[in-house]
Amino acid sequence: MLSVRDLGVAFGMVQPLSGVSFSVGKGETLGIVGESGSGKSLTAMSVMGLLPLSGGRITGGTVEFDGQDLTKLPERAYRKLRGGRIGLITQNPMTSLDPLKKIGPQVDDVAKLHLGLDAAAARARTEEILGTLRIPEPALICDRYPHQMSGGMKQRIVIAMALTADPDVLIADEPTTALDVTVQAQIIRLLDDLVKDRDLALVLITHDMSVVAQTCDKVVVMYAGRAVEHGPVEAIFDHPRHPYTQALIGCIPRGLVEAKRLTGIEGTVPTVVNYPDGCPFHPRCPRAQAVCATEPPAFSVAGDSAAACHFAEVAHAEPA
Amino acid sequence: MILRYTFQRLLMLIPVSFSISVVIFMIVYLLPGDPIDNLLRVGSSAEDRAELVARYGLDRSLFVQYFVWIGNMFRGEFGDAIVLRRPVADLVAQNLPYSLTLGGLAFLFSSTVGMALGTISAIVRQPVLDRLMRGFILLGSTVPGFWLALLLILFFSVNLGWFPVSGAGGWQALVLPVLTIGFGGVALVARVTRVALLDAQREDFVTLLHAKGLSSGTILFRHLMPHALLPVVTILALRIGWILGGAVTVEFVFGRPGLGSLLIRALGQRDYPVVQACLLMLALAVMLGTLIGDVAQAAMDPRIREKKS
Repeated sequence: MLSVRDLGVAFGMVQPLSGVSFSVGKGETLGIVGESGSGKSLTAMSVMGLLPLSGGRITGGTVEFDGQDLTKLPERAYRKLRGGRIGLITQNPMTSLDPLKKIGPQVDDVAKLHLGLDAAAARARTEEILGTLRIPEPALICDRYPHQMSGGMKQRIVIAMALTADPDVLIADEPTTALDVTVQAQIIRLLDDLVKDRDLALVLITHDMSVVAQTCDKVVVMYAGRAVEHGPVEAIFDHPRHPYTQALIGCIPRGLVEAKRLTGIEGTVPTVVNYPDGCPFHPRCPRAQAVCATEPPAFSVAGDSAAACHFAEVAHAEPA
Repeated sequence: MILRYTFQRLLMLIPVSFSISVVIFMIVYLLPGDPIDNLLRVGSSAEDRAELVARYGLDRSLFVQYFVWIGNMFRGEFGDAIVLRRPVADLVAQNLPYSLTLGGLAFLFSSTVGMALGTISAIVRQPVLDRLMRGFILLGSTVPGFWLALLLILFFSVNLGWFPVSGAGGWQALVLPVLTIGFGGVALVARVTRVALLDAQREDFVTLLHAKGLSSGTILFRHLMPHALLPVVTILALRIGWILGGAVTVEFVFGRPGLGSLLIRALGQRDYPVVQACLLMLALAVMLGTLIGDVAQAAMDPRIREKKS
């Protein structure tokens, strides 16, 4: 359904994103994981064609959706896709809705724009979609303002907006990060059900490996604006071959009785202007050798998955 | 809801008006000088003086004087001007229309042109235009009105002869004063509009509006403008008070009648009743402006409506 190949993004002279590839089909969930600053949200904005908003541009690669290359799509045609066939769920539901407008009209917009409905029919569609998202009393909710609702409820509204026009692809950029843990689980389950019920292609962007394990079919692990490992979720979790993936998995808390201390990853993601030469992860990598600092690693393929590490084979031999 | 809110705001104006009336009443007594001195002819006796003081009630205690004054105000009796020897109400009625016309036009000019310029400079991302705008805004906020008035008179009246140098006859006489007062307002409104629009553009929800497939134009007019208007309306409401009082020096330079010139003249002559009436009008205008601003804010922003009512 959606296939991104070798995507590169630049802001002026800096190149925060390069060589990102993934694809996702109907009824499939793809997870994009990585720490903050690894380029996950930029990837989402590139697919939505919204980079110009923040002054960025796509410098290379293709974003193929339903047989057409979106990077070459004129803005007018792109607008029909946005909210119509590709839905976006943003990070922070507290600030994602216009605080001056009632909920109803904000959701109605989508049906009016993409389904060509009049005001009454659009409202009916809005209430219907709110109902399917298990939002109680849709008619009442439509008459509310965003500040009168909880974060979880607002995120459901945002999801409702993304779903109103019955899209093929849904891009969820950290949809649960700003929510309470209990609400997080609800939203994740909701998204999971939607993928199954509506045969959606879901791109789930998150920094939480446990969310990936619960919901995704495929994973792309990103670090410093590059994909470092990708493959089916079982393969990645059972045999992570990139040291960064291994470290991320090591950060998942397991059970209440834990003999080992929870591990973290030393250091932080480099900022765009400080991307190191060679393998971007080498300064923080426990397995780094001299070659890592000079040669960018190529993907080493094993079955369905691939890892960009000089020592992927070695790493595979001794999983973390 | 909005009606209840308006009523609450109106109630709050009662204590505010009371305090203002006390301040206005007292402030004239803090001024040095005495209007009676202006009325007495050279060589008048102490008896003449005492008689005048008694006639205007100036011999009674401040406390009594205040209540007599405020009581008269409530009955719409502003009394007689001591020096000008005419009813204060007449003086105000005669001058008020000039101030209202000038201030109202300047207000319209600065709000429409200011908002248009601010919007253009926020959405047209062009370095040259942006620098021009910022230069203009800086000039507009810093150049004093009386100086600008003199420059305009020199150029348009003396050199080009397009508009009269002073006076209040015909629309031509209004052009330069309106430009003078409006200039600062245009700059102020343009600056606030520009910043508010740029801020609104950076809000998270704008991304989602684009993601819904809305066009940039729709987003600007239906979503960004209402947000930008919130601070702009506050600024404009505060300037409503200026409609009456902001023109003081400009009225003076252009030799126009008006509340400002009346106030200046009355101050010079220590004409207490006139000063008090003028100040009261100005204070009322400011209070009215604030009220309008608050109510407009509440009408536009549901969050404010809820918090305060």
